[in-house]
Amino acid sequence: MSLTEEQVKRYSRHIILEQVGGVGQEKLLSSKVLIIGAGGLGAPAGLYLAAAGVGTIGIVDADKVDLTNLQRQIIHHTADVGKEKVKSAENKMRAINPDIKVKTYHERVRADNIREIIREFDFVIDGTDNFSAKFLINDACYFEKIPFSHAGILRFDGQLITVLPGETTCYRCIFNAPPPANAVPSCSQAGVLGVLAGVIGSLQATEAIKYLLGLGRLLTGTLLMYDALEMNFRTVKLNRNPKCPLCSKTPQITELKDEKQIVCDQKNCKC
Amino acid sequence: MNLVVNGKETNITDGLAISELLIQENVKMPNMVSVEHNGQILKRTEFETTILKNDDKVEFLYFMGGGSVIN
Repeated sequence: MSLTEEQVKRYSRHIILEQVGGVGQEKLLSSKVLIIGAGGLGAPAGLYLAAAGVGTIGIVDADKVDLTNLQRQIIHHTADVGKEKVKSAENKMRAINPDIKVKTYHERVRADNIREIIREFDFVIDGTDNFSAKFLINDACYFEKIPFSHAGILRFDGQLITVLPGETTCYRCIFNAPPPANAVPSCSQAGVLGVLAGVIGSLQATEAIKYLLGLGRLLTGTLLMYDALEMNFRTVKLNRNPKCPLCSKTPQITELKDEKQIVCDQKNCKC
Repeated sequence: MNLVVNGKETNITDGLAISELLIQENVKMPNMVSVEHNGQILKRTEFETTILKNDDKVEFLYFMGGGSVIN
């Protein structure tokens, strides 16, 4: 692939970077990234990856745009309320950059479809809200050996880690299994500062681009924690867990299954 | 004795178990916390049996959702 004159202009601020150059930009244009969840985290990730010229972007989400989403899910506009999130996201990404191809999946990820979906991508961004999906993505990426960025946000805090399955600390190395019901509030119950999603989702996009271009040091084996109120970023080194139920030498999980959906029932919730 | 808890120097009484530290540090929902002790993630059953020593490093790691409800 060689860049057209228009592409040289469009991506000039990338191309001028010694570490990217024309070769790196062409690499991005031939790369494929899947974003699971067109919500708070997926919104900035999708917009930046589209602008960056990641050639194929997949987006998975079964929801429609709701008015309550607009406070943070900046890929969706007021006029999109009621539309499929994946279509709304596709429109914005293609509007920013018609160079790219967007593949939409208006469905939930489940044990019986996720491997098929993620298989053709080079990198996965977990932009989901719930723990059953987060564990499913971790496990599916492990079985398919696809690197991914995990992230979570709540109230004024966010965290992320990049996983190279089988090589670096995975989500199950840290959190063995989903938390018990009512143990963890979700954004809809506890609230979240909208811009927090922008910060963390943009960091996920940064990791995707670094991985695709082989640049710098990935956030592997390290959890980054961001506290917006203290304006503090902190990293914790996390070794692989020799007792990890998934990626250790003696795994208990040998095939994908759907984790029970953990929701916080308001009545019994301690949050 | 001195500990480093979530990156901060903390002084605690000797002989405390991880489970007691969780209470002392006012962790309201211990069910949602994973604990790293000197670079090793502990099993939940080890919270009560792991006794802290001087200069140990402890990290409380929290479950966080966020993003989009899709599942």
